[in-house]
Amino acid sequence: MAADAAAVRAPARTRAPRLGGVVGGGIVAGYLSLIVLVPLAAIAARAGNFENAVTNREAVSALELTLVLALLVALVNAVAGTATAWVLVRDDFRGKRLVNAVIDLPFALPTIVAGLTLLALYGPRGSSGINLAYTRAGVLLALLFVTLPFVVRAVQPVLLELDTDMEEAAASLGARPIAIFRRIVFPNLLPAILSGVALAFARAVGEFGAVVLISGNLPFKTEMASVYIFGRLQSQDAAGAASLSLVLLAISFAVLLLVGALRRWATRHDRPV
Amino acid sequence: MIARFSLRFGVLAYLAAILLVPVGLVFWRTFDHGFGTAWHSVTTPDSKHALWLTLEIAAVSVPLNTIFGVLCALAIVRRRFPGKGLLNAVVDLPLALSPVVAGLAIVLLYGRGGWFESLPFDVLYATPAMVLATIFVSLPFVVREVVPVLREIGTDQEEAAATLGAGAFATFRRVTFPAIRWAVAYGVVLTTARSIGEYGAVRVVSGNIEGKTQTMTLLVQDKYEQFDTTGAYAVSVVLALIAIATLLLMTVIRPREEST
Repeated sequence: MAADAAAVRAPARTRAPRLGGVVGGGIVAGYLSLIVLVPLAAIAARAGNFENAVTNREAVSALELTLVLALLVALVNAVAGTATAWVLVRDDFRGKRLVNAVIDLPFALPTIVAGLTLLALYGPRGSSGINLAYTRAGVLLALLFVTLPFVVRAVQPVLLELDTDMEEAAASLGARPIAIFRRIVFPNLLPAILSGVALAFARAVGEFGAVVLISGNLPFKTEMASVYIFGRLQSQDAAGAASLSLVLLAISFAVLLLVGALRRWATRHDRPV
Repeated sequence: MIARFSLRFGVLAYLAAILLVPVGLVFWRTFDHGFGTAWHSVTTPDSKHALWLTLEIAAVSVPLNTIFGVLCALAIVRRRFPGKGLLNAVVDLPLALSPVVAGLAIVLLYGRGGWFESLPFDVLYATPAMVLATIFVSLPFVVREVVPVLREIGTDQEEAAATLGAGAFATFRRVTFPAIRWAVAYGVVLTTARSIGEYGAVRVVSGNIEGKTQTMTLLVQDKYEQFDTTGAYAVSVVLALIAIATLLLMTVIRPREEST
């Protein structure tokens, strides 16, 4: 009887019943509030003496170092990531599938292990003979390690989809490989490169685990913003830690908004007008 | 031809210098003093406790984030409501935010002077805070994997099921879930890897109490700072093996996901 009633009623429905509904929406909102929103609000509430906390010399130096290194990381990744994606899509050689799988290793490997790993090769008593421990170059290296997959994984699918017709047409008209790349391939890849770079930048700004061992956390020399925040908390300066955290939080939000805008820009031709 | 080869070798050399050689070296160094020494340092009571704690934390946070992830993806793709753009941004935030900031947020909320300071049980410097921190940093993975697949499959089949009288739960179980299961699986693998490997956020909220709130990643740092390099390398190798298992699972799941 109930089944009959449902069968009679059902065709009148215009929308499928959705699991969740109000209850699901409530669970999502509640969970997100408890895990993310309320804790972040606590940071905003506890940030005190903001101006002094973010303009004192050590904080400024840590922020400067963080931003400069993150920009460098972004630049290196833009080039190396695009080149890697190119080699993985357009080149062919033995072991390519293995190399392709290995790209994701920095995502899967715990960051502290990444730091330790680099110390084994580039640390004191490291096998390479080059000692980068407690140097800015060492910090840069650690950041390059953990951000390696972002640009590769953003560019690769776009390059796979990219039709080679245009490139062949350009070649038949006498364009050199460099010109083809610059005028045909690169413009198509640009949104993907930029969103990968933006995520790598954000990751570099906030990185902690990979740099904590190799940097030695020397104030004014190798101390990154996240390590500085940790230090403030350890010395019972919650207000100072919260203030600098707000700066990092603002950077993260800005990057995410940028990535969202890039995504919309990249798909602007796919949407119905 | 020369350009192609130099590009290939440039890329491979970069990957080798930054990724492969260092990781390979950790394996090599671990077994420098023989397998026995390495085995010994991962089977001490502290190491065993760290392993169990790490698995316990993952066992709580992965299922919770999976359920949340599917519900959240359904809300993002299938519903219209004010503030959806904000929801999207907030879900992605843990990917772009420093884990130290995530940890600090929990310390300020549950610690001295925080809004949730006087709960009847210990949160901070105990397992609950470590679980909360882990959930925070591994929150986006299932959502991000499931959203594009849900978009792709559309609502035709779900509507057909509804027309034939299926309720919301039956529609989800028999139509929607089979279509998204590989995306969910991929998200679960990423969530698990991140849960096991998280260091920064957990470091901030744990207090790093030996044999009590020490996870495997914290143990690596602790051993390294106490000049027990062999021990630090040995625990790292266990974590690296978990990471490699993760990669293998990813390469197995990815093609299935794409073919559905």
